[in-house]
Amino acid sequence: MDADSLLLSLELASGSGQGLSPDRRASLLTSLMLVKRDYRYDRVLFWGRILGLVADYYIAQGLSEDQLAPRKTLYSLNCTEWSLLPPATEEMVAQSSVVKGRFMGDPSYEYEHTELQKIDKAVAIIPRGALFKTPFGPTHVNRTFEGLSLSEAKKLSSYFHFREPVELKNKTLLEKADLDPSLDFMDSLEHDIPKGSWSIQMERGNALVVLRSLLWPGLTFYHAPRTKNYGYVYVGTGEKNMDLPFML
Amino acid sequence: MQPTYKMAEKQKALFTRSGGGTEGEQEMEEEVGETPVPNIMETAFYFEQAGVGLSSDESFRIFLAMKQLVEQQPIHTCRFWGKILGIKRSYLVAEVEFREGEEEAEEEEVEEMTEGGEVMEAHGEEEGEEDEEKAVDIVPKSVWKPPPVIPKEESRSGANKYLYFVCNEPGLPWTRLPHVTPAQIVNARKIKKFFTGYLDTPVVSYPPFPGNEANYLRAQIARISAATQVSPLGFYQFSEEEGDEEEEGGAGRDSYEENPDFEGIPVLELVDSMANWVHHTQHILPQGRCTWVNPLQKTEEEEDLGEEEEKADEGPEEVEQEVGPPLLTPLSEDAEIMHLAPWTTRLSCSLCPQYSVAVVRSNLWPGAYAYASGKKFENIYIGWGHKYSPESFNPALPAPIQQEYPSGPEIMEMSDPTVEEEQALKAAQEQALGATEEEEEGEEEEEGEETDD
Repeated sequence: MDADSLLLSLELASGSGQGLSPDRRASLLTSLMLVKRDYRYDRVLFWGRILGLVADYYIAQGLSEDQLAPRKTLYSLNCTEWSLLPPATEEMVAQSSVVKGRFMGDPSYEYEHTELQKIDKAVAIIPRGALFKTPFGPTHVNRTFEGLSLSEAKKLSSYFHFREPVELKNKTLLEKADLDPSLDFMDSLEHDIPKGSWSIQMERGNALVVLRSLLWPGLTFYHAPRTKNYGYVYVGTGEKNMDLPFML
Repeated sequence: MQPTYKMAEKQKALFTRSGGGTEGEQEMEEEVGETPVPNIMETAFYFEQAGVGLSSDESFRIFLAMKQLVEQQPIHTCRFWGKILGIKRSYLVAEVEFREGEEEAEEEEVEEMTEGGEVMEAHGEEEGEEDEEKAVDIVPKSVWKPPPVIPKEESRSGANKYLYFVCNEPGLPWTRLPHVTPAQIVNARKIKKFFTGYLDTPVVSYPPFPGNEANYLRAQIARISAATQVSPLGFYQFSEEEGDEEEEGGAGRDSYEENPDFEGIPVLELVDSMANWVHHTQHILPQGRCTWVNPLQKTEEEEDLGEEEEKADEGPEEVEQEVGPPLLTPLSEDAEIMHLAPWTTRLSCSLCPQYSVAVVRSNLWPGAYAYASGKKFENIYIGWGHKYSPESFNPALPAPIQQEYPSGPEIMEMSDPTVEEEQALKAAQEQALGATEEEEEGEEEEEGEETDD
């Protein structure tokens, strides 16, 4: 969720039961402002909180002008001091996919930041139309984005993964003809495997649409239809729900 | 946008006070007194310090919805138990206790139905025996008896101590969940399914779950309550009654009362040691109940019937009594999950420890939290309703193939004749017939040929 609209976002994402205590909120507001200035990010997102065994730690991400460029990830134990997480190399990614277990709470472990990257790749979501791509390459925030309509908000196809597209190239030409290249340049949630790994619900009597990931429990994405408010936050242990096919 | 407006209308109805304007003053006096509706806003405030819970306006709406529940049902005590998330909709759960004698009406109907079922079976067996004597060729009677059904616990005791009401959103009507049976708890331990949000959805699983989503939800609520309802040491104490221990045969006490002399444990101590917290709900035994029941005790009906059968099967009938940890066991006695502590404690705010709240989080049931501060404490559960297990879920394997009936002198299994054998036999029989009839048919052949044309 955007650091600028942190309070409103936390309020809207609270349906899943996990939020932040007032002292954390206060420290986040100030510290994220400073991070934005120091690292010169265009936008700072509060990504979420990982519940570790020993301690919890908080993750934020900084984005530069080009929204789809690799994001810098920062972590903090107390919401006031933030440090960069080193990016994970490929070998670490391969190794960590085999290791299972809970997060200890100490981000210096390699396992932890590769897992983080994996989770981020899997679950960061954006509603359709919030970003648009210019012919020169960089993607920008769409300032004319007014929010999805109610009927669009209930469909999984209106939400995209907030990352470089992986499956887009595999689509047939027929499908591609329907897409708008300036808006539909990311993978939609519709084709996620296993099917049914996203739970989409209306809360507050249709005034808020909430998507929760069933594969990575703890990820909550919210969007108030017809408004510009949207965001996602992850509060959880960082473990994948491998039992999903049995549970559906 | 229709549903939004409808929901808003329903929620607006929550905000209007019951009763007309002229009676306003009288109502004020009555309402200021004791009301079973808990102070949800206070609980929400403390949980917010811990970073848990729903937003404050949502909590207020839940408070109004519970007030509505209290007005509709004869409730003695009431508590907001928590929220269980589902795929299409979520459930808000309220834990209530009815006033004395109020809920027995519904319970009796359910019991009559089950008793009627048992009586029917008894008659069926008697008739079966009579028929057998008449038939010449006696089909071997199956000696398989279904395992005895473990009776569910009485209302207000054990796993059925409280009644649960659920609703999907504040403003929608509350639905009562049925009592839980031990069979449902035993099966709920073997399956892991997401809730959809609709109570009448069937639960498709192996082993087959006896019930629909409402029963599965109730079973999970029972398991979560038994495992994660905790309170600071000393808040509850055993009520003192003489002669208790002898009568119950060491099975443990099942009632407790509030300790009027409880002075609160300092927050730092609560965070340091798990021995300062105790479970105040009974542990559910592997049998599915809190108090053990010997499944082999014959009921009166069975004794009348099957005296002959009793002598026949005397097999391994000795079942060990199952014992669980007694009530008010401290959390330090809880088993570890692999190398993981079952509970994690935190101070809500490290910057101001003097005003902090002690928070305990369950690692076994993610989403279960408890806070304590001074003399107050509360439990809540907000989550998907599943237990955490470090290993992946392994569904139960299907039962082993049943053994075939042993071949003995009475029953011999023979292979059926193949098609060639049958045809050879038929040909041989026809030849034999043809040989004897040739002489008879010789005269008729001419007539037969004419009629054929």
